[in-house]
Amino acid sequence: MSSISEKISLRRARFDFALRMGDNGLILSHRLSQWLGRAHAIEEDIALANIALDLLGQARLWLSLAGRIEGRGRGEDALAFFRGESDFRHFALAEQPNGDFARTIMRQFLFDARQLALLEKLGESADKEFAALAAKGAKETSYHIRHSAAWMRRLGCGTAESNRRLKEAAEELLRFCGGMFCEERGEELLARRGVIPSADILRAQWQSTVEQVFAESDLPPPDAKAIDSRPSFCGHTEHLGYILAEMQSLPRLHPQAKW
Amino acid sequence: MRKKNAADAADAAFCARVAEGFVEPGDAMPDGYRATLIRQMSQHAHSEIVGMEPEGNWITRAPSLRRKAILLAKVQDEAGHGLYLYGAAETLGTTRAEMTRQLLAGEAKYSSIFNYPALTWADIGAIGWLVDGAAIINQVPLCRCSFGPYARAMQRICKEESFHQRQGFEIMLALARGEKAQREMAQNSLNRWWEPTLMMFGPPDGESRHSAQSMRWKIKLHSNDELRQRFVNMIVPQARYLKLRVPGSPKKDRRTGDYSYGPINWEEFRNVIAGNGPCNRDRLRARKKAEEDGKWVREASAAFAKKHLERRAA
Ligand SMILES: [Fe+2]
Ligand SMILES: [Fe+2]
Repeated sequence: MSSISEKISLRRARFDFALRMGDNGLILSHRLSQWLGRAHAIEEDIALANIALDLLGQARLWLSLAGRIEGRGRGEDALAFFRGESDFRHFALAEQPNGDFARTIMRQFLFDARQLALLEKLGESADKEFAALAAKGAKETSYHIRHSAAWMRRLGCGTAESNRRLKEAAEELLRFCGGMFCEERGEELLARRGVIPSADILRAQWQSTVEQVFAESDLPPPDAKAIDSRPSFCGHTEHLGYILAEMQSLPRLHPQAKW
Repeated sequence: MRKKNAADAADAAFCARVAEGFVEPGDAMPDGYRATLIRQMSQHAHSEIVGMEPEGNWITRAPSLRRKAILLAKVQDEAGHGLYLYGAAETLGTTRAEMTRQLLAGEAKYSSIFNYPALTWADIGAIGWLVDGAAIINQVPLCRCSFGPYARAMQRICKEESFHQRQGFEIMLALARGEKAQREMAQNSLNRWWEPTLMMFGPPDGESRHSAQSMRWKIKLHSNDELRQRFVNMIVPQARYLKLRVPGSPKKDRRTGDYSYGPINWEEFRNVIAGNGPCNRDRLRARKKAEEDGKWVREASAAFAKKHLERRAA
């Protein structure tokens, strides 16, 4: 039973999902790239740049795919540079400022834990295009979480100061995590069709990864209830506007130009 | 008199040794050779690291995702270059921490070019095309320098620098073939970067302090003016291809094939080296901030490693 209206809404849902994947990579990569030359050691500059590059690479593939699904001739650049705040579909977590190194690592770990759970499931998607992109991304993401979880343990169990900073980061960022599990427009349809895993499955897997690594990092367990009772954070924060102002200014100044 | 003769003989012996093949870290070497190399390599390493600043500041504003990815990878390469070079210098008995201390204290120098600002996107093209281009001209001969670790680091680095130069040229090409505003951006950028790039090769031959000894030791293989001329000869035809005007309207000498350049404002060069360029303060401030902000992370990392080691020993 696939009526015309369901076909249209399926396409719309696929478009939205691909955009969300692309936007998460693009915005988080933007944040990470701001670390280049700022880290505590050159090795870490290089490591963070690597993750930023992977995320940007994944973002480009998802945004290009979104453009093809939409079928109106918009490519990765049109989608990245010529959409406004309200059309961006990434998590509020991804746009949060870098803060100190503990904050950046916490943000990355909380994101990686969901992203890995998602991409591993998405690799088996009924949608061949999604499955192909997910397989590539999963491999990279398993490196990312190895990096972020190792730093969680190092900072959590390092000195009293590093533990304090990591705790503060958890306190600051856990409140945005509910936003990673809001089922957005069309996602329920995609889950029903076996295209993407349901938010509940991801939520459970994320919770167990986070609990484990928090315990290994000498942090109190995350308060699951507090996370889930914050659906208001499904939207964006004021930080997004500044990110876009910086990222989009040049192409918007010369909208017809080729670079 | 006898003492001087002995010193001359030792120096001649070392120069003969240098002619035979690479000097390696464990080999005997004159103190002056070691000190000069440490200064030269650490200065080079600092340049790679400080050089991340002007370009890094455009990653978040690159005008296409493809350009953004290329620039991010490029600046990451530069971090890697710094790492190789600090590592090569460490084989001579110094440490990265000590070299960093000297940079932050203003005791060590880095290339004066990075004290100029990257104002527009075209500057990212000009830096890749001109600055990485000049780096290649300076560094290709060093792949054959006398100190093994330095020569090998240069071989790895030069491969990547030639990518960078091509990518920089590609940015300029897109601008040069683009809209009027883009062409103007490109020309303006060449105008601003040309002379500072010519200064990258150092003062004119007559005024270069360390040259003669370094050439005998094979840690400098060509004179500053020779390298500068090579660079001009490489860039002028490329600029013509881009339909950009090189400042000073270079003329080709029929006999030698060399393009003319200059005059170069050496007063400005000395001033920038002395700390008075447009960005010296910002560059050092950024390095100091990274060092200070990172202190607690390095401490945590060390404490964690120690605990881990103790646990394993127990
Ligand atoms: Fe370099
Ligand atoms: Fe380079």
